[in-house]
Amino acid sequence: MKDIIFNVFILLTVIPCFWVALSSNIVHAAFSLLITLFGVAGLYVLLGADFIGVVQVIVYIGGILILIIFGVMMTQRGKLLPLSIQLPGKVFGAVLTGVILVALVLTATKSLWPVASILGEPQPTSAAIGDLLLGKYLIPFEVASVLLLVALVGAVLIVRRSVRGE
Amino acid sequence: MPYSLPSFLVVSSLLFCLGMFTVLTRRNAIGILMGIELVLNGAGLNFVAFSRFLEPSQTTNLLSGQLFTLFIIAVAAAEVAVALAIVLSLYSRMKTIDVEDFKELRG
Repeated sequence: MKDIIFNVFILLTVIPCFWVALSSNIVHAAFSLLITLFGVAGLYVLLGADFIGVVQVIVYIGGILILIIFGVMMTQRGKLLPLSIQLPGKVFGAVLTGVILVALVLTATKSLWPVASILGEPQPTSAAIGDLLLGKYLIPFEVASVLLLVALVGAVLIVRRSVRGE
Repeated sequence: MPYSLPSFLVVSSLLFCLGMFTVLTRRNAIGILMGIELVLNGAGLNFVAFSRFLEPSQTTNLLSGQLFTLFIIAVAAAEVAVALAIVLSLYSRMKTIDVEDFKELRG
């Protein structure tokens, strides 16, 4: 049963991913990205990372994807520009990524990972993550929050300057 | 695929490579952003899979991998906000988001 659910989430993740890469319609690509991100959230939950799964849904689907769809809508006035580059470049990209994919898959399947012999049952992680964020990882946590603040102010500044036409 | 570490690694390699292909072949700046999101998701999935399956050592915590993914998500949010601001500002200046048209870096 668990294997079936696992494979369903794998398909949910990988198939729309091809659509994101190959679709000729940017709106279709954005909505395929939504399904892919949801599939990744499901894989996080299957890995016992309940908190990360929920954060993935809230931040990626609720935040980043909405921003991307806003961006699509605000830049699609007028003529539809071709979404991808011409064929020779595409073939070059496909060959390059194909080689890297083969190397990565061979590494993933042929390596001897030091896998834990007994997989423990997944425990709730939220409390432990909170402890770590305000204890051992306090400095990275604060740096991340400053980074978010700076990105927020910077984004507003960039757009404001271009609207004013300075 | 069985529920095991290599299956997760294969899925995240696929996410990474399709994201890279998207970044390499898109002309639309927002399409390139979507590719970057795929790459970051592949990396995050790798971290969580390793933190679930690998033998924990004395010095690392079981949740370290998940925390790395949390920070990746935070950085991705910041990155998308700034990138979309740049794209919108370029659009209002040049009336296009085709990256082949952005050939000059003068102000």
